[in-house]
Amino acid sequence: MRSIAAALYRRPRAQLALLLAAPLGWLVVAYLGSLALFFITSFWSVDSFSGKLITTPTLDNYAAVLSAPVYRTIAVRTLVMAALVTITTIVVAFPIAFYMARMASARTRGILVVSILLPLWSGYLVKVYAWRLILSQGGVLNSVLAPLGLSGPGYSDVAVWLVESYLWLPYMIIPIYAGLERIPTSLLEASSDLGGRSWITLRRVILPLALPAVVAGSIFTFSLTLGDYITPTLVSNTKFIGNVVYDFMGIAGNQPFAAAYAMVPVSIMLVYLLIARRLGAFEAL
Amino acid sequence: MLLPRGIRIALRVATGLTMAFIYVPIALILLYSFNASRVAAWPISGLTLDWYGKALANAGIRDALVTSVEAAIGATIVSLVLGSLIAIAVQRYAFFGRQTLSFVVILPLALPGIVTGIALNTAFRALGLDFGLITIVIGHATFCVVVVFNNVVARLRRTSRTAEEASMDLGADIFTTFRRITFPAIRSALLAGALLAFALSFDEIIVTNFTSGAGTQTLPLWIFTNYQRPNNLPLVNVAAVFVLLLSIIPVYLASRVTSDPAATGRT
Repeated sequence: MRSIAAALYRRPRAQLALLLAAPLGWLVVAYLGSLALFFITSFWSVDSFSGKLITTPTLDNYAAVLSAPVYRTIAVRTLVMAALVTITTIVVAFPIAFYMARMASARTRGILVVSILLPLWSGYLVKVYAWRLILSQGGVLNSVLAPLGLSGPGYSDVAVWLVESYLWLPYMIIPIYAGLERIPTSLLEASSDLGGRSWITLRRVILPLALPAVVAGSIFTFSLTLGDYITPTLVSNTKFIGNVVYDFMGIAGNQPFAAAYAMVPVSIMLVYLLIARRLGAFEAL
Repeated sequence: MLLPRGIRIALRVATGLTMAFIYVPIALILLYSFNASRVAAWPISGLTLDWYGKALANAGIRDALVTSVEAAIGATIVSLVLGSLIAIAVQRYAFFGRQTLSFVVILPLALPGIVTGIALNTAFRALGLDFGLITIVIGHATFCVVVVFNNVVARLRRTSRTAEEASMDLGADIFTTFRRITFPAIRSALLAGALLAFALSFDEIIVTNFTSGAGTQTLPLWIFTNYQRPNNLPLVNVAAVFVLLLSIIPVYLASRVTSDPAATGRT
């Protein structure tokens, strides 16, 4: 043991190799390897009689994804949903994040941060299921709205929008809160000393400085909405990208097509991450 | 910043409403698990503990609960080892590809979960692995590594290297230095990371759906296959409360373990 330690002490490269052997093996084989295989599979096809995979490369899956109107409609629908959810969460998150960062006492702030982190980390499926109960025919929302002569959205696209916004809201609050907290008070004082009213300070000082944080939060809201197939299944009858991919992996048994269609959210996210990096969102993460 | 009174009140109200929006659905699912009636109609007809007894007596739920706990423990152990190794390497050594490595570790959280799910599913099939507990653990570990990594990296960044250097100068070898200096410094970060990894694994469904076999069900999967059966509705409510508690309590403990609440953040 002692001689190993002595040998290692003189060789930092060997220390590093020992540290990284297992994690790199894992990441490369289990994760990057799978991703690579998944990408390759998207160029394969399935024999329609035997159901066996044909490994001759073909672009047919991509051609089908791009040419069939139904897949284009679903992709656009998912993209619009992700954008709507992102905008909704920004609007809802900003006031509470501002309160936490700039108004609340240290104690209240601590309690609020923990209360937002708890649902961020836990109970994803449970929360979707809770909304399924709330939105059901004789459920909470309808019975609360009934005396007003209104009714809830039921299981629909509006329900998906509502539930996705609910689910990913904490992912937007936390980065915006952190971003607002980092703004030096002296800048806000300078703005008001120079005659800027609250509104001007918000628009000219706070919002530009908070932008990287907002973009950082939007990476999560956007990506999580793009890939979600559970929420549409539980609270709507509409298909989103995730549902199509799920169906083709399972019932339809066409892995290659599922892989090709899943490249749509992957490419959208890669473009999104590149733009986000340019806007300085990675520093705000 | 001095804000006009009206705006201050509005922000206070908005904060209260947002917190209510976040917590009302969670409170409702707790309430529904005590619902005396079989249907989800509102208002609920009465309170009972019956469904808890029936849920615990249900073989499907019990098996799923055990599988979930096993999978979460497995994923936690794997991610503790791998996550802290990567964190120490990235934070204490300079090497080619360091930035890339930090990026790849975070990738499973930045890409939609369904992509990780079908990629792993394709790989397992290609390798001819039997779907079951092992494949579930592998799937969970891919994204649980991130939370351990983040916690340990954040802690190492705040701990000065001088204590480690002093230890070595005084003649301690690298193993002793790790045992006496580095490990105590990152201990609570490891614990917080482990608790978060457990929580993340326990309620995961998006990836699990693709990495579990027909014979193995985690508790979230049990809910997903039973929520449409009207007869099972009360049991699904109770199972949902189990999943909620077993994921929310570890997260709460993690936030208590680390003095810095931001350390439990995603980032």
